[in-house]
Amino acid sequence: MIVEIGHYALVLALAVALVQTALPLWGVVARDPALMATARPAAFASFALVIVAYAALTWAYMVSDFSVLNVASNSHSMKPLVYKISGVWANHEGSMLLWVSILVLFAALVAARASEMPLRLHAAVLGVQGSITAAFLLFVLAASNPFERLLPAPLEGRGLNPILQDPGLAIHPPLLYVGYVGFSIAFSFAVGALIHGRIDAVWARFVRPWTLLAWVFLTVGIAMGSYWAYYELGWGGWWFWDPVENASLMPWLAGTALLHSTLVMEKRDALKVWTILLSILTFSLSLLGTFLVRSGVLTSVHTFASDPARGQFILGILTFFIGGAFALFAWRGPMLKQGGLFAPISREGALVLNNLLLAALTAGVFIGTLYPLALEAWDGSKISVGAPFFDAVTIPIAVPLLLLIPFGTALAWKRGDLLGVAQRMAFAIGLSVLITVGVWAYTRGGPVAAPLGIGLGAWLILGSAAEIVARSTRGAASLGIAFRRAVGLPRSAWGAAVAHAGMGITVIGIAATAWGVENIAKVRVGDALQAGPYEVRLDRTFVRNGPDFRETVASFAVVKDGREIGRIEPGKRIFVAQTMPTSEAGLMTAGVGQVYASIGEFEDDGSVGVRLYWKPLVTLIWIGSVIMALGGLLSMADRRARVAAPVRAAATGAARA
Amino acid sequence: MMRRVLIAFALVVGMGLPGFAVQPDEVLKDPALEARARQLSLELRCLVCQNQSIDDSNAPLARDLRLLVRERLTAGDDDAAIRSYLVARYGDFVLLKPPFDSRTFLLWFGPFAVLAAGATAVWLSARRRRAAPAAAPLSEAERKALEELVGSDPKA
Repeated sequence: MIVEIGHYALVLALAVALVQTALPLWGVVARDPALMATARPAAFASFALVIVAYAALTWAYMVSDFSVLNVASNSHSMKPLVYKISGVWANHEGSMLLWVSILVLFAALVAARASEMPLRLHAAVLGVQGSITAAFLLFVLAASNPFERLLPAPLEGRGLNPILQDPGLAIHPPLLYVGYVGFSIAFSFAVGALIHGRIDAVWARFVRPWTLLAWVFLTVGIAMGSYWAYYELGWGGWWFWDPVENASLMPWLAGTALLHSTLVMEKRDALKVWTILLSILTFSLSLLGTFLVRSGVLTSVHTFASDPARGQFILGILTFFIGGAFALFAWRGPMLKQGGLFAPISREGALVLNNLLLAALTAGVFIGTLYPLALEAWDGSKISVGAPFFDAVTIPIAVPLLLLIPFGTALAWKRGDLLGVAQRMAFAIGLSVLITVGVWAYTRGGPVAAPLGIGLGAWLILGSAAEIVARSTRGAASLGIAFRRAVGLPRSAWGAAVAHAGMGITVIGIAATAWGVENIAKVRVGDALQAGPYEVRLDRTFVRNGPDFRETVASFAVVKDGREIGRIEPGKRIFVAQTMPTSEAGLMTAGVGQVYASIGEFEDDGSVGVRLYWKPLVTLIWIGSVIMALGGLLSMADRRARVAAPVRAAATGAARA
Repeated sequence: MMRRVLIAFALVVGMGLPGFAVQPDEVLKDPALEARARQLSLELRCLVCQNQSIDDSNAPLARDLRLLVRERLTAGDDDAAIRSYLVARYGDFVLLKPPFDSRTFLLWFGPFAVLAAGATAVWLSARRRRAAPAAAPLSEAERKALEELVGSDPKA
């Protein structure tokens, strides 16, 4: 019964979403306030209905209702409760329902803040958001219904893929989805503004917090996924340039560009055409990512052709929204007037360069990901594009981009003084060079790129710090005044500095992977292996039982200078619902480095193959990403604090509209 | 999206034994040769996997290829010879870094073409703006009108 209520709520939500599309947009065109006012309640209603549906599916998972096909195929009664709940989105149908849930959540959040915005813009945005919701609800109901019944119901479910039964999986997809789908708001703002016809600094101020929010979640989501792959897949890599990863990286790169271009638009009323285009592009890449992951097209174009229903449906949605948005853009875009002029050497100029390089990076990932598909469709020949290609193409673009960040943040708006900035940054530059040389000398004979990478990371951190210091000490009489001024700096300035320093920390973590030590060997109880500064000794092997699995564990002692400082316990798990064993890596964090071990098969003679790593500074990769996201949150706090400004602007905007 | 699900499925369902890729018994005695083998393996695709190198993959085929690479290395082949041997056997599909030729021209130049096109567009729009005069010079009639208002030739 509850399952049917969920299904019914979803159908109702589709109807409401259609209303949310038609009435407000009609109202915008006809300038009818009554019609426009329907946007808000409609957004709340479709949110409530989709949440009811989502809750119903979750309930079916929690009580293990195997008469629901989706639950029977993807769950098992012995799974711990938390994995039953997260199991909802660990499959195609459920994850699409989560996708739609986040879509309506964002619409409801925009609706909740409606009073700050001009009515026409607000109605246009929610109308466009409603149309995306309607399209995806139609997809869920027609092509991937999670509420489909299975009669007769089996006694037991087929279980979740064991590799997915992990805390990383429990949080990674929702984070990523909030990011992916969050960019729909930027898209709706862009398309809404094109319909409504007013695009200015006020628009940029409205759209920026949403873009920041989506970006923050996407950043953490990607980092989470990277860490999950790192410890779960068992070979210690942190990024594989896998097409599915690239699908999430593309919107992140475009979204990062969008964050920076909205900044120019907000402060200087420039780059309007580009910002609108970028808003459309970023969400298009999110849609493309969904299509790539969901259609099966990645394995081969032929797989896609043989099971076309879902893929073609999403491709249809993709074509409609991207095509429609670009057509609208081509029609209305030329009407946009360019605002503020600026010299090439200025903050604006630096941000244009930032956007240029980020766009090229996005293009590199895009071309590399889709080229094999395109070529196969073109002449049938198959090539592979993997990590070596992406490294070769992205590093030459990313390094200049990163090098320029501190200069960009230090340049003044309109007309900057590069020499002055260089002088102000002299200390940071000098120290970074010194660090590079010092690290190089200390690790002489090791990989050459690593000290350069460390230097680059140090430059990002020191450059960001130098900017804060310069802004707070300029003309300050005493340390106390400087300190008070630093505290009083706009949150967005702190946000930028923190985010850029976070990037620097990630860069250091990435660079340090070059110093990683790997040791592959067969060991018996009592044998010891070397992993960097540590000795790792196999003490014993034993079997333990988890809630729904049996695990054979190899227990290693990590020894430094003859003293045991920790244990790592990699294992092999066999889940009751699946016969395939899975590997669990054993990890010990020492400082910011990690000792990492995964084991192979246990042999009859009692020995076991072990792959052991010492990964110095490796956790900085993810710590840096989280700091980047914190920077984004700080910037958002800044906008929130000045919430009165948009309200005033909205009041005048509404009066003018 | 459950980015790794596809790989995960490929790993668990498609390829049999999980665990790790390079087995202890594969490792060559000579560390220099082994390092070359690892480097080469990273650039070779496990043909039955989704976008994994043979170094990362635990598929049986990947193991065969790793052993093959090590065999050729021990026999004294250089890296290029091993690569071309594998390409002759499996085609360009085996290379994770595609060779530069007429088919992959766009792949290799595409990103930099985007960069160049973007830079040109920025430069053109900046030039157009600079070329556009800030304001048109006054016509004779306007100058006279202004003179009447201000009282003297404003240029003087």
